[in-house]
Amino acid sequence: MEARSATPGLAPIDARANVATIRALVRRAANELLRVPGAAIPGVLAPTIFFLGLTAVFGNLALLPGFTTESYQSFVIPISLMQGAGFTGAATGVNLARDIEQGWFDRLLVSPAPRPVLLAGMVLSASARALVPATVVLVVGFAIGVHWPGVPGLLLALALAMGMGTLAALWGVTLALRYKTQSAAPLMQAGAFTAILMTTAYAPLDLMVGWLQEVARYNPVTQVVEAARQGFVEGGITWSDTWPGVLTLAGLIALMAFFALRQMAKTNE
Amino acid sequence: MSPLVANLRVIAALGARSVRQTFRRPQLVAPILIFPTLLLAIQTGGAGRAIDLPGFPEVDGFLDFMLAGSIIQSTLLAGNSGGIALAVDIEMGFTDRLLAAPISRFAIVLGRLAGTAALGALAAVWFIAIGMIFGATIHEGVLGAVWMVAFGALSAVAFGGIGAAVALRTGKASVVQGLFPLVFVILFLSSAFFPANLILEPAGSVAEYNPLSFIVEGIRDPVISTLSGETFWKAVGAIALVGGISIGLSALALRHRLRTGG
Repeated sequence: MEARSATPGLAPIDARANVATIRALVRRAANELLRVPGAAIPGVLAPTIFFLGLTAVFGNLALLPGFTTESYQSFVIPISLMQGAGFTGAATGVNLARDIEQGWFDRLLVSPAPRPVLLAGMVLSASARALVPATVVLVVGFAIGVHWPGVPGLLLALALAMGMGTLAALWGVTLALRYKTQSAAPLMQAGAFTAILMTTAYAPLDLMVGWLQEVARYNPVTQVVEAARQGFVEGGITWSDTWPGVLTLAGLIALMAFFALRQMAKTNE
Repeated sequence: MSPLVANLRVIAALGARSVRQTFRRPQLVAPILIFPTLLLAIQTGGAGRAIDLPGFPEVDGFLDFMLAGSIIQSTLLAGNSGGIALAVDIEMGFTDRLLAAPISRFAIVLGRLAGTAALGALAAVWFIAIGMIFGATIHEGVLGAVWMVAFGALSAVAFGGIGAAVALRTGKASVVQGLFPLVFVILFLSSAFFPANLILEPAGSVAEYNPLSFIVEGIRDPVISTLSGETFWKAVGAIALVGGISIGLSALALRHRLRTGG
């Protein structure tokens, strides 16, 4: 199997070289995590603080008639998992902007690696890194009484968090390639932040008020949140509650990958 | 020119520079205005039915209750952003040049805090405007709105002093940036987003005695009821306490920097 060369006229690059490139980029991101652990702390702390804070502050919302669970922490934990993944993905965009500012990305672009391979390396690392805040949030959550979702429920929630990390990374990468500056960081973070919180983040759809209820109803990320939530609030997962979230996330990733690849193709044209 | 007038001119110039600097950097504006506005919109829509809970204060809507929380969140983050900008000035050598100039050294810090105060006032005006547009009512009218702006500015100075102290002590923007999550810890452990009596324990008890809660209640009072002397004085006392400690720490950190050179 052969992949097309990034530059017409040059020899094609085989798939093994592409896999090696992706592995090297994932390894580089992992090294950042291992060698500069301080850099990962905000991405872990923020969703954990939000989880504990929202649970303490809004916990009594679960007393409202019509609330779908008595355990507000179980209701909120999927949001914190997605937030952690969102922050991790946005950080990928910020790191790319830093690499562009410092000229490192230019060196990657002149390498024979195809641009989709470079993109894959970046977003796969974000997908794996999303497990770090997710693990911390889950440990804290179970310690304060979050309902055990069962192994399938837990695996589904983690898989969806990884998918959200991928989506947020694609968004961050698109913006980094567009603006080429770390100053775009708030836009990268705000995108993930808004998409995740403008869902059924604080309360079930029927208990939301005003325009946000309509936004949440049509926000595709609501499907993802609800799919991740089912194990925590109902004690079991069903295919009918799972496939809309999985399909929506896959569609969003495909759409965002298209924009990221298009931006990649435009870079240094 | 008298020394007092000269110092006031320095403070005004540095304060204006600080405000301009904030608006030229999206990284600094976003936490002060964009994120608190988004959170206000999301919490108002997401948790709006909270006003039906037994024990919730009498309010026309959850937005009325939330405005004070958003203002205080914004002023806290303005203080943090001011600290980051001061640390960047130290890293780039700008503060050293100011220290070598024939001006009062504390005017350098007060100039930064004046800028933070202006941002706090601006944040209050911004959230009052948003509240009015989306149907909130300020029961105390114009006087109440002026009150909220004044409290916004004063609390920004008080919290800005903490950012300034850390910036002066460490000289590193990354360290001041590390305070960002703490801002949310303090916010969640106060009555900024929910009445203290409805917050789950042990956070509810902490919120009851957190000075930030007194400041928030001082800003909220004119919106949801009429100004009460007790709430007002508690808010003033809390701002004086936080401001006194933070500005004192800034003075100590500045002295340490001057003595040790870093």
